[in-house]
Amino acid sequence: MMEKLGPDNLATLKEAVAMLVADGCSLSIGGFTINRNPMAAVHEIIRQKRRGLHLYAHSNGQGVDELVGAGCVDRIEIAYAGSGRFAPTCVRFRRAVEQGRLQVEDYSNYQMTLRFMAGAMGLPFLPTRSGLGTDILTKWGFPAALRRQDETLPDAKVITLDNPFGTWGGAAKLVLVPAINPDVTIIHVQEADRFGNARIQGLTFADIEQARAARRLLITCERLVDDEYLRHRPEHNQVSFLHTDAVVQVPWGAYPTACFNSYDYDPEYLNDYRRAAGDDSTYEKYLKEKILAVRDHFEFLAARKKKSLARLRADPATGYATGLDRR
Amino acid sequence: MVAERDYTDREMMAIAAARQIRNGEIVFCGTGISMLAAMAAKKISAPESTIFFETGAIDSRLDEVPLAVADSRVMYHTALNGGLADAFATMQNRFTGEQVVGILGAAQIDPFGNLNSTVIGDYARPKIRFSGSGGACDVASFVNRTIIFMQHEKRKFVNQLDYFTSPGWIDGPGGRRRLGLPGGGPAAVITNLGIMGFGETDRRMYLMAFYPGVSPEEIQQNTGFALDLSRARPCPPPTPEELETLRRHCDPQRLILG
Repeated sequence: MMEKLGPDNLATLKEAVAMLVADGCSLSIGGFTINRNPMAAVHEIIRQKRRGLHLYAHSNGQGVDELVGAGCVDRIEIAYAGSGRFAPTCVRFRRAVEQGRLQVEDYSNYQMTLRFMAGAMGLPFLPTRSGLGTDILTKWGFPAALRRQDETLPDAKVITLDNPFGTWGGAAKLVLVPAINPDVTIIHVQEADRFGNARIQGLTFADIEQARAARRLLITCERLVDDEYLRHRPEHNQVSFLHTDAVVQVPWGAYPTACFNSYDYDPEYLNDYRRAAGDDSTYEKYLKEKILAVRDHFEFLAARKKKSLARLRADPATGYATGLDRR
Repeated sequence: MVAERDYTDREMMAIAAARQIRNGEIVFCGTGISMLAAMAAKKISAPESTIFFETGAIDSRLDEVPLAVADSRVMYHTALNGGLADAFATMQNRFTGEQVVGILGAAQIDPFGNLNSTVIGDYARPKIRFSGSGGACDVASFVNRTIIFMQHEKRKFVNQLDYFTSPGWIDGPGGRRRLGLPGGGPAAVITNLGIMGFGETDRRMYLMAFYPGVSPEEIQQNTGFALDLSRARPCPPPTPEELETLRRHCDPQRLILG
């Protein structure tokens, strides 16, 4: 068992990443494409030069691409590597796969969600009808021989079987997808208290399942709030302290991705990133100058023009930056 | 003589797709042009349709066009903000699932509307790697009706997919049932040249309609398998009202329209 940080779980991001994210561990990050990725934590993992990570993702776009691009990831199980209109296919991910530097196992978004859910529920698998007849079932990125050798992998990617209840439920066949329990999950939320209770505003994506499936949970938050405040409306909370190992307050912690009711994604940053990612030398320059050369997320933000952050601030009426120039 | 066109291919595609959406349907949208189609349909011909996203947003208001299905713009003024598990449950639910129409895109499509959005070349060492399924395989597996967006090129309309990501009509009548897949399948393929349908009896792709200035023969030349052209009709161009709605009220910054 790893030591907890202390009675209140509070830490600096540097400490939390050093303590929880080890070389070769399995990791999942929250958010979806260009929203609420735990980018401050992703960049800290890159700065601490973690290697050999096994990443579990559904559609965790920007964070996945930066971890892959920085060489932190050896294996990935994923449904979708894209960042919306900013990168229909994540650029560094694509390059790493085409150059054979990344082992990939493909699932669908629902299958990955079920896998986290099964992990959270302590079940070995959950069934679905998704994927019957497709190559997702038959083409395995991790070959059977590797799966048999490696204890961190289930022996099969999926298993298809006839409905054991016959025709009940109107399904003749089912696909069983194996549970995931990541060594570490990292999510970024709007509000958390020092004990690790958390409140997500807007869509939760699969954050709740990912948080509950994890052996260790790191929460970064926009605002560290009093626990009395969260306990006053507990029906609005999604993650309890029981799962949480560390809490770090990181304002703008999802930047350059969005955080509903706090700030929008940064179109300029994401477009520049795509362009830089398209070429190895410009990408190296991006990594060195934007991520590795700064000490932490505060310095990373300080390097952005004040004006460019101010225009991303969410309009309280809509939760996003209304009228933002997104070209 | 053909009159000068005052609209673009993407505008024609968005409007052609919007016309396919029926009033009262629950519309599952992906990223990009499918969002515009859903937004335009709701403002023109299907005011009682409901737009929802795999990320968990139900009945998004969409004052501004989202640039991803996780864009904060899909979270504003919804009936409910949930998560992925909720969204996919809605598609499979026996009482709501029947009303869902899914709009998808892909890198390759075969004559039965099966889709590839994963790789070109060998899966183990692909020549081109794409994003992967995302929710596409789920939607294509679960829902009753799908509409598919494609760029119309020979290398994208193929007899044999490089990778089978999302199920269409599989190999023809009874294919889905044999595999244990529920419901219906692809209803229409909207491209930059025209609209394809799938035959009731053979479930094979045929040419349903061709856009102004495009001939059925040109569409066949850009398709990697034989299309039945005998049922093809001209597709009416966008009306001024449709164009006005799309340009002024759906994508004034031309983020998706280009």
